[in-house]
Amino acid sequence: MEKFSSHTGVGVPLRRSNVDTDQIIPAVYLKRVTRDGFEDGLFSAWRNDPGFVLNNEAYAQGSVLVAGPDFGTGSSREHAVWALQNYGFKAVISPRFADIFRGNSGKAGLLAAQVDEKVVQRLWDHLEENPGAVVTVDLESRTVRAGEGPDAIEDSFDIDDYTRWRLLEGLDDVGITLSHADDISSYEERRPSFKPATIHAS
Amino acid sequence: MGRTLSEKVWDEHVVRSRAGEPDLLYIDLHLIHEVTSPQAFDGLRLAGRGVRRPDLTLATEDHNVPTIDWDKPIADPVSRTQVETLRRNAEEFGVRLHPLGDVEQGIVHIIGPQLGLSQPGMTIVCGDSHTSTHGAFGAIAFGIGTSEVEHVLATQTLMQAKPKTMAVTINGSLPAGVTAKDMVLTLIAHTGTGGGQGYIVEYRGQAIEELSMEGRMTVCNMSIEWGAKAGMIAPDQTTFDYIEGRPEAPKGADWDAAVAHWKTLVTDADAEFDEEIVLDASEMTPFVTWGTNPGQGVPLGSTVPRPEDFEDDQDRVAAEKALQYMALEAGTPMREVKVDTVFVGSCTNGRIEDLRLAAEIIQGYTVAADTRLLVVPGSVRVRLQAEAEGLDTIFKDAGAEWRGAGCSMCLGMNPDTLAPGERSASTSNRNFEGRQGKGGRTHLVSVPVAAATAVRGTLSSPADLAPVAVGSN
Repeated sequence: MEKFSSHTGVGVPLRRSNVDTDQIIPAVYLKRVTRDGFEDGLFSAWRNDPGFVLNNEAYAQGSVLVAGPDFGTGSSREHAVWALQNYGFKAVISPRFADIFRGNSGKAGLLAAQVDEKVVQRLWDHLEENPGAVVTVDLESRTVRAGEGPDAIEDSFDIDDYTRWRLLEGLDDVGITLSHADDISSYEERRPSFKPATIHAS
Repeated sequence: MGRTLSEKVWDEHVVRSRAGEPDLLYIDLHLIHEVTSPQAFDGLRLAGRGVRRPDLTLATEDHNVPTIDWDKPIADPVSRTQVETLRRNAEEFGVRLHPLGDVEQGIVHIIGPQLGLSQPGMTIVCGDSHTSTHGAFGAIAFGIGTSEVEHVLATQTLMQAKPKTMAVTINGSLPAGVTAKDMVLTLIAHTGTGGGQGYIVEYRGQAIEELSMEGRMTVCNMSIEWGAKAGMIAPDQTTFDYIEGRPEAPKGADWDAAVAHWKTLVTDADAEFDEEIVLDASEMTPFVTWGTNPGQGVPLGSTVPRPEDFEDDQDRVAAEKALQYMALEAGTPMREVKVDTVFVGSCTNGRIEDLRLAAEIIQGYTVAADTRLLVVPGSVRVRLQAEAEGLDTIFKDAGAEWRGAGCSMCLGMNPDTLAPGERSASTSNRNFEGRQGKGGRTHLVSVPVAAATAVRGTLSSPADLAPVAVGSN
């Protein structure tokens, strides 16, 4: 996984709450067996609408998505994270993420930055008044910044310490866990015999 | 201080715990399907890793399979490739697979319990958010993404921060004709889609204890719909009776040891939850959704709500958008909403008890003109059982389509989808925009409401049906 310390890119105001995984990428796009190429399914139901934010030239190259609360609810499909990344997003800002989506983001290297709802409102207003304006998400200092002068927006975002550390270092979870293989083996020796198995010695 | 059920099960699975790090949890059962696993197996291959415990892993094909012509090769080449990829991966890594055509094939959350693999006190994961279903047995069960699927395949563990605990206490008894589905839809309307976020929930109280295992699975299944990490129910005699004698249930001395342990898996009297919600089942009625998330629901006897009645700005905007998408007018009685397709099935309501209930209601009636009823058993075993009981004949005589096992119309991935603008009453779990097919409009309902709706063509409960004439069949 690539290291993530700070990112500055065009902010995309998505004025919606409860953007569920079927809206991020419908199931019909989940048939690929690779991790790439999912950008064609991103927000597919909305992409035909000329008024949809990503159809506005100023936001089309966006890399920081600013969405309403309960972003990523629903399915466990990591394809939702891949679709955002495949399109070019590096970070999503929302007042509240669904648990599985946030977990998947951390594993795949997409920054899910949780901020106060008021910050999202201010970012939306700023990005709509200044189409193409950039937003900075600084993981090192856990801050989100946009604009300049007296109206500049600067606030902190929440992310758990462990995910932050892994993103900063670009670490692979499986590798970390395998360094504790002895702990796993000794746990396995303690497991009760009544626990079920799917394969039986013949 | 005592511990809650979830804390006991959690503690039993901690492989490693350090301050400032998530716990490393052992996983007792890893369920796999074709959609969320190919990239995980690719990851193993790239890193030269194997599956640590194939004997704690089970794969099936459910999301992307057709429910007609299932004995022929899959017509869609992209879907076929995905299913064939699972078959190749299962073969290469030594994972037990129940493919299309196998007698044990079915929706992953139906076959785990059916085989007796889902048991109290276990940790169960799957690359599917409705893994919460298995919590009905007193297991900690939750959905994971593909990176975590790879992690479990390689290590049989997961790194997990310990969630907070919540009790949902449902007192009283459900009135006749009101089901577990109505109970959970009522709860989600009460909490909203984010109300359970960050919690492992324990459902308890008289109404929960009175549910069958099938009903308990329906409730736990939809835990994710209000954002909970997992939902679980303390095991009791109902649980033990369901498991005993199933193919993978413990036998002999193992059975006795298992039951003795399972009986300890209850929340201690002096344990404290971080949060509690209390509801009264005796006040519940058939419940249906009107909007585009599972929290947007009302009693069937009510009307489509008015956006201006929502106090919260976000809720009001969401309601406006939902009504527009659903092509509904505020104030319309829910019972006047005309439905094109009724879907009975899914991991929420595709078990034998659900099909029996649907058949009992529909027997002697005919599906309304211009309405289509699709009945999809959750597994091959459920289909065979239903056919042995003659339920398929009841459905077919009423004019319904009787299908093979799979996820079917729950998720608009396989050939069973709604057409744009088509409206469904669905016993599944999500009414998101486009969930059942692009432009499709979904009302989530219970099995009795689905069956009655199929007969009348508008959202209905069995009480709305005219009595069947004596002597008719």
